[in-house]
Amino acid sequence: MKFRRLKAIAIKEVLQIWRDPRSLMIALLLPFTQMFLFGYGVNLDLKHLPVCTFDREGSQLSQSLLKHFQASQYFSIVRNVDSYATIVKAIDDGTCGLAIVIPPDLSARLNDTGSASVQAILDGSDDNTANIAFGYTAAVVNGYSNDIAMTAIDRQGRPLQQTWAMTVQSRVWFNEDLVSRNFIIPGLVAVIMALVGAQLTSLTISREWERGTMELLVSTPVRPIELMFGKLAPYLVLGWLDAAFCLVIAALWFAVPFRGTLLTLFFTTTLFLIVVLSLGYLLSVLIRSQVGASQIALLVTMLPTTLLSGYIFPIDQMPKIIQDITYLMYSRYYVTIIKDVFLKGSSIPELMTPILFMIIYAAAVMVLAARAFRKRLV
Amino acid sequence: MNANHQVPQIVVEDLVKRFGNFVAVDRVSFRIGRGEVLGFLGPNGAGKSTIIRILCGLLRPNAGRALVAGIDVARDAERVRERIGYMSQKFSLYRDLSVEENLRFFGGIYRVPRDELPERMRFAINMAGLGGREQALVSTLAGGWQQRLALGCAVLHRPPILFLDEPTSGVEPTSRRRFWNLIHSLAGDGVSVLVSTHYMDEAEYCHRAALINQGRLIAIGSPDELKRTALGGELLLLECDALGPALAALEHAPGVLDCSVFGNALHVLVGDAERSLRELPAYLAQKNLSQTRLDRIHPSLEDVFVQLIAVDSAKRRIAA
Repeated sequence: MKFRRLKAIAIKEVLQIWRDPRSLMIALLLPFTQMFLFGYGVNLDLKHLPVCTFDREGSQLSQSLLKHFQASQYFSIVRNVDSYATIVKAIDDGTCGLAIVIPPDLSARLNDTGSASVQAILDGSDDNTANIAFGYTAAVVNGYSNDIAMTAIDRQGRPLQQTWAMTVQSRVWFNEDLVSRNFIIPGLVAVIMALVGAQLTSLTISREWERGTMELLVSTPVRPIELMFGKLAPYLVLGWLDAAFCLVIAALWFAVPFRGTLLTLFFTTTLFLIVVLSLGYLLSVLIRSQVGASQIALLVTMLPTTLLSGYIFPIDQMPKIIQDITYLMYSRYYVTIIKDVFLKGSSIPELMTPILFMIIYAAAVMVLAARAFRKRLV
Repeated sequence: MNANHQVPQIVVEDLVKRFGNFVAVDRVSFRIGRGEVLGFLGPNGAGKSTIIRILCGLLRPNAGRALVAGIDVARDAERVRERIGYMSQKFSLYRDLSVEENLRFFGGIYRVPRDELPERMRFAINMAGLGGREQALVSTLAGGWQQRLALGCAVLHRPPILFLDEPTSGVEPTSRRRFWNLIHSLAGDGVSVLVSTHYMDEAEYCHRAALINQGRLIAIGSPDELKRTALGGELLLLECDALGPALAALEHAPGVLDCSVFGNALHVLVGDAERSLRELPAYLAQKNLSQTRLDRIHPSLEDVFVQLIAVDSAKRRIAA
């Protein structure tokens, strides 16, 4: 490998990137817009879910319970209705996602038997929201029932004491506020870089075939490996720029806590960039048309990175076979790494396993790309 | 002929290239000496570009041997590539780079010694007549200038062998003339040049011309040799009133090798012009035909090529 030739290729590539507004646009504008679009668009938090209530008792007790719902930031009561039919209609037309029905004998039952129940009707068409809403509903009701029990005990003049022998006190680590944004945004950085990185390099070889410049280039003594490194180098710099862009937006704009070190982040991000850039390059070598290569690049980056990397959908909740498949997805490793670096502050030794997998992946793709490039016309 | 021309730089023996069932190059053999300009002539699709691409190591031959600068192209294409300059048929410099940036790029790719590069770049710029336009983007240059710049890039590293694939196509006549002068000045410095063209008149600029038709080399030699001997006989021009009957009659006339219509006259290929000039009038009279003119003519290269291609194509049709 001759550095002189590598440098000539790299300089030429920089000049071409600089003069081609399209590739610069992909490189600089896309990450920016995607960060904001997805950062705000993808939100799994439940806040102010519209609720309608059907209070069939209308007692002090029932109103007090409903006030607890109103007070919770997860719900906001939008309507009070007086029939099941209205509830059905409200859920059907989407004006509310949850209906709380208080039975006419709530107070009576509570007094007689010491327990009573309320009904929650959920819009299951969005099962994720329904699940979360159900959890919060149970929490609100439990909290309230706890209050009643305490008050009752208090009123009976017994000394105030813990009513249950044991309770579960959960303590959430790493994402204490359970803000889904905190775990989505670092993964989003991975998605965007995979997308942009592979897009950029998917054009570089196919463009030379389409413009006819490749015929001359392959007649020169340039080696495939010089061509590959010469072409990847400028895009790695662009990739760093993009990554810095995304990470700054993540940490400053979206205020995702960053607990790791910049060195760890830089090292692992570089590794990931090398994987996606050489993947795009490999596609560009194999598919000699720009449109074809960029389409396939979109396919092999977008789908696996959004669906199979654990970026939104946790891998350990997938069926076994799909879990096994995710081991083949390069982005899975980086999503794990970047979430850990951001939220846990993990360092390189702690991330050795995913780092090792990424190194293997990068090496494999580069060897394939260098070998796939034939200095022949057919 | 120059003594240098005897030192072979390119040796091609029984070269064959097939694309599927199509035979693009069919057992072609030739040699090119040092400082020699060999022109490849022939219709589009004859296989000229394919042969050049094989010699540059861009296509692998199916059979035969090709030595470029003494190196077998099929075995060690990389070493060959260091010793050649190539201008492809389609313009293949970077249009979004300036004149100087293109030259610097190829200087880097061919690893022209750094201390020599400024001088080589100046040489290329002067040769292409692009002084003062070093910063212009290549896409803004006219065709002739682009082609001369492409030649400049191809010779930047002083290759002993140059492959030029239709370098003058689409270039205006004065620019073409200038281009050929450049080729000859390079050849004068000892560079061997293989240049293809579909302008028949450009064969006159070459030391030797090779005529290629449907993948086969059907004639090779200096323009003079070709005009004298390639037809395998001497050419007579016959003008008469009844072309059809005359054509039919002459095909079986003694001493006549071939006969074809050329405009409103016949070109008659004969073994011995003197004898036929004496005997043919009588032969025609015997068939109740008469000529208004019968002369010996000296064929142009174009005549030779047209004749050879027509004969070759006809032979193949019969064979097939």
